[in-house]
Amino acid sequence: MSTDAALAVPVMRNDKHDTLIDLLFRSVVSSAGIFVLLALVGAAVSMLWGGRLAFETFGWQFLTTQEWDVPASKFGALVPIYGTLVTAGIAMLIAVPVSFGIAVFLTEVAPSWMRGPVSAAIELLAGIPSIIYGMWGLFVLAPYLSEHAYPWIDEHLGGLPFLGPLFTGPPLGIGMLAAGLVLAIMVIPFISSVMREVFLTVPNRLKESAYALGSTTWEVVWDIVLPYTRSAVIGGVFLGLGRALGETMAVTFVIGNAYNISASLLDPGTSIASTIANEFGEAVDPLHKSTLLALGFLLFVLTFIVLSIAKLMLIKLQRKEGR
Amino acid sequence: MTKMNISLAQPSPSPVSSKASAKLTARGVDFFYSGEQALKSIDLDVPEKKVTALIGPSGCGKSTLLRVFNRIYSLYPGQEARGEVRLDGENILDPKYSLNRLRSKVGMVFQKPVPFPMSIYDNVAYGIRHHEKLSRSVMDGRVEEALRQAALWDEAKDKLKNNALGLSGGQQQRLCIARAIALKPEVLLFDEPTSALDPIATGKIEQLFAELKQQFTILIVTHNMQQAARCSDYTAFMYLGELVEHGVTETIFTKPTKQQTEDYITGRFG
Amino acid sequence: MNASDYLYLRRSIKNKLAMVLAGAAAIFGMFWLIWILWTTVSKGVAHLNLDLFTMMTPPPDERGGLLNAFFGSAVISLLAIAIGTPIGIAAGTFLAEYANHTKLGTLTRFVNDILLSAPSIVLGLFVYALVVVQVGHFSAWAGSIALAFIALPVIVRTTDEMLRLVPSAMREAALSLGVPQWKVTMQVLYRSALPGIVTGVLLALARITGETAPLLFTAASNQFWSTDLNAPMANVPMVIFQYAMSPYESWNSLAWAGAFVVTVFVLLLGIAARAILLRNKVSHD
Repeated sequence: MSTDAALAVPVMRNDKHDTLIDLLFRSVVSSAGIFVLLALVGAAVSMLWGGRLAFETFGWQFLTTQEWDVPASKFGALVPIYGTLVTAGIAMLIAVPVSFGIAVFLTEVAPSWMRGPVSAAIELLAGIPSIIYGMWGLFVLAPYLSEHAYPWIDEHLGGLPFLGPLFTGPPLGIGMLAAGLVLAIMVIPFISSVMREVFLTVPNRLKESAYALGSTTWEVVWDIVLPYTRSAVIGGVFLGLGRALGETMAVTFVIGNAYNISASLLDPGTSIASTIANEFGEAVDPLHKSTLLALGFLLFVLTFIVLSIAKLMLIKLQRKEGR
Repeated sequence: MTKMNISLAQPSPSPVSSKASAKLTARGVDFFYSGEQALKSIDLDVPEKKVTALIGPSGCGKSTLLRVFNRIYSLYPGQEARGEVRLDGENILDPKYSLNRLRSKVGMVFQKPVPFPMSIYDNVAYGIRHHEKLSRSVMDGRVEEALRQAALWDEAKDKLKNNALGLSGGQQQRLCIARAIALKPEVLLFDEPTSALDPIATGKIEQLFAELKQQFTILIVTHNMQQAARCSDYTAFMYLGELVEHGVTETIFTKPTKQQTEDYITGRFG
Repeated sequence: MNASDYLYLRRSIKNKLAMVLAGAAAIFGMFWLIWILWTTVSKGVAHLNLDLFTMMTPPPDERGGLLNAFFGSAVISLLAIAIGTPIGIAAGTFLAEYANHTKLGTLTRFVNDILLSAPSIVLGLFVYALVVVQVGHFSAWAGSIALAFIALPVIVRTTDEMLRLVPSAMREAALSLGVPQWKVTMQVLYRSALPGIVTGVLLALARITGETAPLLFTAASNQFWSTDLNAPMANVPMVIFQYAMSPYESWNSLAWAGAFVVTVFVLLLGIAARAILLRNKVSHD
């Protein structure tokens, strides 16, 4: 009781002081949080605003015109959009099964001494800047493709009934297929580590009870692990897709920057990101600039939708875990 | 209404009792977790400078009730307490009663030993530093006093500057006790303080209670009935959010008046 | 009996096939990555010399180095981290301590994750519209701001997660001593989560190193040595871009050397980040 007197005065004085600082601290961190929200909104709004000249000039046709005539100031987004979708599509077609295989390997097949180092290696490699992939694609992959792979493809697959036209063309090396390949390699570490993490969340007892019934490893993966993690796996795939759609440097180096749509994957093309990257420096005409910003806005919308779906899918798994 | 009948806190004639007046009194305390009622009209007297144990099966609300006494629940939106809790006559649930003041009078020790990531000395001094400005030598004295009272001084006096995370689990818990005691509170709340510790560490802390009660009013939540029987002067049995019975420990364990109490104590449910 | 044996055999073959394919996928994936690393190392080391770090970016077919680019990148990146870290830690604190189970918190986390994975070219365009257009010219400042927007979500996310890992008992223990929320956060929680937060900053730095697209529209590049933050400043990714796409061999070599240095730097940061996390995981238990 005697200590009460000693504490009574300092405590009262601290009280108001502390409440004030608490309030200040709270406002500072809250503003930072709001800032994050504003950043996204700001990004969307600024590109929409910058692109409004283009949108107003071209209207909805912007999305369907193939033209890209700089001197005449006539632009259409169809070619870049096509290139973005095709390269990302090729990338996902290759990356998803491979990533799945890697994730299964790392969680079920590999001996335990191997799992840690290999997973760490893959995660480190996921951090390599995309410009490195682009350079490798240009200097190493493209020549290889043009000298060895493409002639083979043209000869053997060019004659196929439906898919033939996809594979005919001059062996330039750079082009949509090359870009798709480079993207695939870039995205594999990313998707496989998401899948791996997700597979690891499956409770051991669930798997053990399947093994106890005599299931093979593959059956446990296909019948237990995949269904349990289905939403998150889809989420991971969409995350990878988002990355592939928006990737700039890896694609710009190898896509060839040609403004036409052709059926063949061997031909060069262009993507939204590479168009912007290539032309922004030299764009003088306000309409040209506005078009590039408009393209940026389209890319933003596209990736926003894909990433939102990814996030929602991932949240579904978290709910299941009770987090 | 299952109200206990010893609101006078005058235990039946027993060598333990002196005029044990109530330090903390709860009247009609209700508690809600986001609308779900977890405590129903609790009336409880916690006698001064005695050890009172709260026992009951999992989910009975004993930890919830404990946490009302220092309003730690106010950290979480959706958690709400109603009713009255008086400390020395003042209602601490009143929003006007300063949290700061409450917490300098009522200290808490948690189930998991949580030393702060600093030296042993700084851990003990942490709370003091916030409330008082003391010279180095006075602070040294306070830290030593707290560590002695927590029976940690001998083991820690040579390593006061070392990081507290280097201590063993039992030592860390005694450090947390020292940390709470350092503020010279009047009441100490313990939430299952030994459930994460091995038997030897548990024993050391149980010994502490006997010494600490000479200076502090102690309220312990424990799921270990034997601990309650060993360490406490008074015991309160709770079940499904209600206070079923409350009285002198010896009486509760040998001649409980309610069937539920007897069932719990004899292990018919748990 | 026989039918069951046959069934088991089929399942067994299927299983073995799947395992082989999984292993093949792993080899396939590692193959490309190793090829890329090998190329970078071999071509980069071949052109690694003292000139690289002592001379400026040259005209084609002349001796030179990347000194101004290294300097520029260092300045822009460090500035970006200096801008992004305080805001990131504050926002992460907001999410973990003040808005944890609220709708606003969920929304902010969602938006932050979108920003985290958003194409960096989009963020570059945003800062272009926000800063470059207003000011009228490219500048190192604008580059730093663009990279700060890329670093920000990384730091927000790690701070948020690391703070949430601190046991609630620690928060409550500090508060029960009568210490106010802000002091608890700054003196106890940050200290406890520090290794994780530092890791987040390192990862953010690794992430912005080598980012080219956003710099295209903000800092642009500069042939010469410059310390003027208000003017375009040389930086490694853009120099690599320009030099690699050019037909000049001397420039191509410089590009590879630069690419090698960047890769080594990023890998070292990644290793450092993991080392910090691992070392502190042990002491917590």
